[in-house]
Amino acid sequence: MNNSQAPRSNIRKKTERTLDIVNRGLSKRYRAERRFRLYGLLAIVVSIVFLALLFISIIGNGYSAFQQTFIQLNVFFDPEILAKQSLATANYQGLVKKSLRDMFPEVNGRQGKRMLYGIVSSGASFQLRDMVLTDPEAIGQTLKVWVPADDDVDMLIKGHFDRQVGEGERRLADRQLAWIDQLSAEGKIKKKFNTAFFTGGDSREPELAGIWGAVAGSFFTLVITLLLSFPIGVAAAVYLEEFAPKNRWTDLIEVNINNLAAVPSIVFGLLGLAVFLNFFGLPRSAPVVGGLVLTLMTLPVIIIASRSALTAVPPSIREAALGVGASKMQMVAHHVLPLALPGMLTGTIIGMARALGETAPLLMIGMVAFIVDIPAGFTDPSTALPVQIYLWADSPERAFVERTSAAIIVLLVFLITMNAAAVILRKRFERRW
Amino acid sequence: MSPTILLFILLVLSTCGYYIGRRRAFTVGGGTTGIKNLHSRPIYYGSLTALWCGIPALLLFGFWLAFESAIISHLVVADLPEAIRNLPAAELNLKVNKIRNLVSGNIIAGAIEPQIQAAADHYRSLKATSNAALAVVTISTAIMGVVILRAKITPILRARNGVEQIIKYILIGCSTIAIFTTIGIVLSVLFESIRFFQKVPLTEFLLGLKWSPQTAIRSDQVGSSGAFGAIPVFSGTLLISAIAMCVAVPIGLMSAIYLSEYAHKKFRAVAKPLIEILAGIPTVVYGFFAALTVAPFIRETGGILGLSVSSESALAAGLVMGIMIIPFVSSLSDDFINAVPQALRDGAYSLGATRSETIKQVILPAALPGIVGGVLLAVSRAIGETMIVVMAAGLAANLTLNPLQAVTTVTVQIVTLLVGDQEFDSPKTLAAFALGLLLFLVTLILNVIALHVVRKYREQYE
Repeated sequence: MNNSQAPRSNIRKKTERTLDIVNRGLSKRYRAERRFRLYGLLAIVVSIVFLALLFISIIGNGYSAFQQTFIQLNVFFDPEILAKQSLATANYQGLVKKSLRDMFPEVNGRQGKRMLYGIVSSGASFQLRDMVLTDPEAIGQTLKVWVPADDDVDMLIKGHFDRQVGEGERRLADRQLAWIDQLSAEGKIKKKFNTAFFTGGDSREPELAGIWGAVAGSFFTLVITLLLSFPIGVAAAVYLEEFAPKNRWTDLIEVNINNLAAVPSIVFGLLGLAVFLNFFGLPRSAPVVGGLVLTLMTLPVIIIASRSALTAVPPSIREAALGVGASKMQMVAHHVLPLALPGMLTGTIIGMARALGETAPLLMIGMVAFIVDIPAGFTDPSTALPVQIYLWADSPERAFVERTSAAIIVLLVFLITMNAAAVILRKRFERRW
Repeated sequence: MSPTILLFILLVLSTCGYYIGRRRAFTVGGGTTGIKNLHSRPIYYGSLTALWCGIPALLLFGFWLAFESAIISHLVVADLPEAIRNLPAAELNLKVNKIRNLVSGNIIAGAIEPQIQAAADHYRSLKATSNAALAVVTISTAIMGVVILRAKITPILRARNGVEQIIKYILIGCSTIAIFTTIGIVLSVLFESIRFFQKVPLTEFLLGLKWSPQTAIRSDQVGSSGAFGAIPVFSGTLLISAIAMCVAVPIGLMSAIYLSEYAHKKFRAVAKPLIEILAGIPTVVYGFFAALTVAPFIRETGGILGLSVSSESALAAGLVMGIMIIPFVSSLSDDFINAVPQALRDGAYSLGATRSETIKQVILPAALPGIVGGVLLAVSRAIGETMIVVMAAGLAANLTLNPLQAVTTVTVQIVTLLVGDQEFDSPKTLAAFALGLLLFLVTLILNVIALHVVRKYREQYE
């Protein structure tokens, strides 16, 4: 600004007026103005570009995981093989191998056969077992069965596989590539919707790995979190906002709540490890412990949101209730709370969304184990969806990159749904007094 | 009887208590017409009965469950043969765990000694006794509550006041959980840290230049000396946080300025939620993005420029962390800029200042305390951020300021030291708690200062 030059203007030539000085600097100032404005716009564009990159990278990597390559086998359910043991433990692997050998009779030698068996997933035998167990009629028949291909074949079909690399460095040998090309020429290789991804538990084999176990774990964890943090959070907010006297004690509580909201989440994990696991002896890897830790973590969020919802209720409502003879508790329960509830629910949903995406504290309490079984209760060992993402991200197979991204897509869909619900709730019930 | 069934029975008993109390109130009042003789509405008599039935029983139930396993283990250990009881604490712990596993029917590695089997049977029988006793005690407490209160119900009993008093105590109890959480955090990290500092002197931890927490299992092992000098870990944390701040503060601040001072209302309505989506994305997703997309990109770009970039460079982790923090800085700054009174802006405009001049010389200085507070909060988040660095930063504790090299952070070390099986008194495990204590203290100090500054600022213009 040129204000500082104004007092000096009288020693300048009389013909030069202040206006001229201002006008001379004007174009420069306007340029600075435009530049500054551009920086602002640029900052926004940069953050949105980052957001777009993130989504493009995740979706680009992940969408193909919703499909899985299957190979068609002609399986003869040989009664001789199946009769040797009980139906549940029979040698179904043998059936798969035999049908592969029938398709490529020219393959011989141990190494060649092992290569041939390698193009089909080890999950194929379980699929055959389930077929026989649900329908014993199949025994003695020859059926066309679509079984999942090995993850390397899957990657090849999806185009994530470089054929130009030398044979020693890639995961499929030249002969295997030839067989796969032959199969796809015969129409015996097909991509189908990947149901195993949505219904299966974790697995070391990418083609069999699914997120259902992790989703169930997350569900149980969040149920505990919601059941504990919502009532406790609302109760704490009601006390602090409606009943608490203004004294040292309530000040201390408030400082604590504000601080806890900013404590790193991993510290809550340390708390869970030291208190819930080592002191109270609760089981490791259990959703109930995860729920407790996440409750402590989300409580400040819910309390702060609930308090602002309570302050938004105008005092006239309270005065009216007290005026007709309600007790303070009746005023809160019958009038203030129902009006503040939508705001509290919004805060709770946002808190739950944060809890759903939280990983670090769960690592501390052992919810990172490799767990194949689907958890069925609050004390079964389990993982959670974000932890599953972390575990898969560490796995070296290329097929897990795709599945990690797909799991992230699922997680983001949940989060977006929850946040959208919160926004809708707020829009619908928002009242301007 | 399993705890779930017991809880359900308590619920049913409380419901019954409610109806019994209400009926009793009608009776003592003298039928439906006599309600006017009662001090409170009949539902309050019912509720009071239900509360008296449920709460003492529930408290008992909670305490019992919390201390049951510790007491039973103590009893079982006391009954173990002399030879086992005199084992060192760590081995004894192992035995107790084995017994517990045996009880819960888990698969156990190795042969099962007869003493252990006997102890497990003992454990099981104690557990069964304890469960039965718990059921009897809680149910009789619940019934006693109902009986006592039913006898006390008279028309002059102030049931509403009683109920409200109890609810108020419940509310107070809920609000103190925040304090207990803080105490729990402090105690849980403090005790283990004290044990750590008994083994490793505080000065070595705070001033040592070498961090390699691998302790030797055998005494003659090479290369696993266990050095606990945390300076490289701190420097790594600061380096990554500094990079994150270099990304987040300018971008966050400029976008907040643009959104609040320049942007058209419609543009703001679109851009602001978009930026806030960044805040809602879980950190594990950022970590994956950093490790999969950003780190290779930076390494290749560095390769083209002739620089040697580590595949776990601090730059990648810091950059992505910065992106994560943008919305945090942006929305806080937005609040503070909007809180600057319009009169200040109008004053600057009337003197002929352009918009950018107003912003730079009037609004930003006025909003500065708030923005500084916001940035401090952001720094505390960057320091405590875990998943991005666990997935994208390294494990090797290099003492370097070069953003292209791999560094490690406090949170990464905590995670690597504590994930998986741990022995509970090795300095390696305890070091994680010492780092946790430090992390908690540093973020606490930052938060206290920041919240204080922010509150002072808010009051200034209110």
